[in-house]
Amino acid sequence: MIVVACIKQVPDTTQVQIDPVTNTLIRDGIPFIVNPYDSHALEESLRLKESHGFRAVALSMGPPNAEATLRKALAAGVDRSILLSDRVFGGADTLSTSNVLAAAIEKLAQEDEIGIVFCGKQTIDGDTAQVGPGIAVRLGFSQLTLVDRIEKIDLAKKTVTVRRKLEGRYEIVEARLPAMITVVRELNRPRYPTVPMRLASAKAQVELWNNEVLKLDVNTVGLKGSPTWVSRIFSPQRSEGEILGDGLKDPVGAALLLVDRLLEKDLLAV
Amino acid sequence: MTEAVKAKKPRGRARVIPGKCAACGARCQSACPVDCIEMTEAGEPVVSAEKCIGCLKCVKVCPASALEMFFTPEEQKILAELAQAAAPEVDEEELERQRRIAPFRGVWVFVEQNDGEPARVSWELMGSGRSLADSLDVELSAIIIGSGVGKLAQEAFSYGADCAYLIDQPVFARYRTEPYLETMCYLVEKYKPEVVLMGATGMGRDLAGAVATRVKTGLTADCTGLDIDDKRNLMQTRPAFGGNIMATIMCDKYRPQMATVRPHVMPLPERQPNATGRVLPESFAISESSIFSRVLEVITDKSGKDRVDVAGAEFIVSGGRGLMAKENFAILEELAGELGAVVGGSRSAVDAGWLPPDRQVGQTGKTVRPKIYIACGISGAIQHLVGMQDSDVVIAINRDPEAPIFEVATFGIVGDLFDVVPALTTRIRELKQARA
Repeated sequence: MIVVACIKQVPDTTQVQIDPVTNTLIRDGIPFIVNPYDSHALEESLRLKESHGFRAVALSMGPPNAEATLRKALAAGVDRSILLSDRVFGGADTLSTSNVLAAAIEKLAQEDEIGIVFCGKQTIDGDTAQVGPGIAVRLGFSQLTLVDRIEKIDLAKKTVTVRRKLEGRYEIVEARLPAMITVVRELNRPRYPTVPMRLASAKAQVELWNNEVLKLDVNTVGLKGSPTWVSRIFSPQRSEGEILGDGLKDPVGAALLLVDRLLEKDLLAV
Repeated sequence: MTEAVKAKKPRGRARVIPGKCAACGARCQSACPVDCIEMTEAGEPVVSAEKCIGCLKCVKVCPASALEMFFTPEEQKILAELAQAAAPEVDEEELERQRRIAPFRGVWVFVEQNDGEPARVSWELMGSGRSLADSLDVELSAIIIGSGVGKLAQEAFSYGADCAYLIDQPVFARYRTEPYLETMCYLVEKYKPEVVLMGATGMGRDLAGAVATRVKTGLTADCTGLDIDDKRNLMQTRPAFGGNIMATIMCDKYRPQMATVRPHVMPLPERQPNATGRVLPESFAISESSIFSRVLEVITDKSGKDRVDVAGAEFIVSGGRGLMAKENFAILEELAGELGAVVGGSRSAVDAGWLPPDRQVGQTGKTVRPKIYIACGISGAIQHLVGMQDSDVVIAINRDPEAPIFEVATFGIVGDLFDVVPALTTRIRELKQARA
C-alpha cells in the first residue's frame, strides 16, 4: 500500500518585504522552503511507512527548481520523490493544481493501492486550503481536513479514524480508505534528516513527470485550466496614525495623553 | 497586387517592464503559445523578441502589469494610420462568455451551523451578500442544511436574506463532507446561483473546496473585499504572499463564483427581527448507508465558560516578543481587567509558550476586529497585521520607533511597555474610581 505526501516549495513569506518606493515585492535572497504544514504531512507519511509498512511517495508540482524540496523528502526517508513539472502546468490555480496532483496519484494507483494521501492544511503563500479537498473529490477519496491525530488505521476493515481540530471543538471521525487527510502542526514533530540519509539523497533520483507522462488535456491544467485569475496586485493602503508624547522619557505622560484621546473619541467606558 | 499596398496591422512584441514582475508563478510563460518566454531563477520572464508573435496573451494574464507591447516607430506610424479607418470589432469571446454565464442568477450564503447553533460568520456574510445582491439586482438566498434547523430561516431573513433554501433531514445532523457536498452540488445545479459565499472556517473551507472542484468553478479563499464590476463579475480581493500584497481575483468565465471570508472580516449587519422572507423547502435523497464516514464523538474544547474568545472580543490587549517572559503577561491581564478586554498575542508569544494557541492573532491564528486593539511589544510582522488591521482603533506600544506595527496604529507610544502599560492601567483605574 502507498502513502502519498503532497508537498509544495514556497517562498518564506515571513521574509518577504515591500519596496516602499516602487510598492513591489523585494524577492532577492528570499529562501524557498518546504511549506511548513507540508513537512508535517511528510512526517506522517514516514510514520505510516514505519508502523504499517506503507511505501512513502512524495509528490510536488512546481518549477524545475522544486527538485530541491523533493530531495529533502528523500533525505527524510521517502521511498520515491516525484516532481510534476511542465510548462503547461504553470500559472495554475487550485482547481488545475488538484487536477495534476490527482492524475499523478491515479498513475501511482496503477502500481499499488493508495492508502492515504496527506497534505498540509494550507500553504503559507496561497493560504487557500483548497488543493487537498480538490484531490479528494477528484479521486473519490474520503476527505478529512484539519487532522491533529490519527487514532486508528484498520487495514482489515479499510477504515481510518482521526481527530479533527475545529473551532472550539474536536471531532473523532471514522472514514473509509483510501482517504485524503490534511494535517495541522499539532499532528507530529517533523524529524531532521540524518547525515547518512542526506548523503544518500544527494545521489538519489527525483523522478520527473511532465505532461507527456500524465497526458492531461492541456485545457484542464496550468493557466488554461484555471477558472480564477489575478486581475490586479496592489499594496495594502494604510492611514497615518499619531505618535503620542515621548514614551521613552515620559511614559506616564504618554499614557495620560492616550487615555485623553480615547475619552475624546468616547471609546472608554469609565 | 494592389492589396499589398494596404499595410498589415503590426502586432508588436511583448517586453518586460523592469521592477514590476511579482514572480507570480510563470503565468506569462504558460500563456505563451509559441514558447518564447523563459523564466529566470528568480521567477521573472525573459521574452525572446525574435520568436514573439505579439499575441498579447502574456500581457493580459500578468497580474502585476509587468509586460507591455512594444512597437517600432515604423509600426507606430502604420498603427496611427489604421486607427483612423478602423471599425469596431465584435468580440466573439465576450459574447460566448455572456451566453455561458447568463443562466446563473442570484447570490447565496451558506449558513453554517453546528448542533443547530449558527456560526456568526454566516450572518456577517449575509451583510456582504446583501450589497452584492443589490448591485446585481437579484435575490439573496440563505442555504440551510441540517437537522432541526428550520428556525434558522427566520434568523437569515433578519440578517438580510430574501429567501432560504431549507434542507432539513436527520442525515445532515452532523457535518460530513460527502452528504453536504452532494446536496450543495444538487442545489447549485438546479438553481444556478452566480455567487456562493461561505465562511472560511473549518467546515466552510472543507465544503467550499469540495464543491468548487465538483462544479468545476473558481473559488477564492479568505476574501477581505467583495464587489461587482461593470460586467456582473465578482471582484474578490484577498491578501497574497502572506499578506504582503493584496490581489484582486476574477472568475469571469465560470459560474457560480465562489468565495470564502474569514470570521470577523466583514461587519455584522444590524438584525431586523421583523424581516420576512420565503422559505423554500427542498429535500435530497441520500441514505445513511451510502455514506462512508461517521462522526463518532464531538469533544468541546474545555468547558464553555472559561474559554476566552479572542476573535469575538470587543477589546483586546495583545502581547508579543517584547513581553520577554510568561510572567510578564500579568501586566497585560491587569490592563485587560480594567478595560473588560481579553488578552491575545502574536505568534512569537504563542510559540514561546507564553499563551495558549487559541489566543494567537494573525494569519495562522485568529482574525479580529475589536473596538480597541492594544499591541504591546509586538513589532508587527505582516502575518500579525493581516489578522488585526481592521480593528476600529489600534494602539501600539513599542520601544522601536521603526516597528511596522506603528504603520497600522491609530495611536502609537514609542516607549517601554513595562513603564507605559502600568501607567495606563493606573490612569484608567483612577478615572473609574473618581466616577464611582
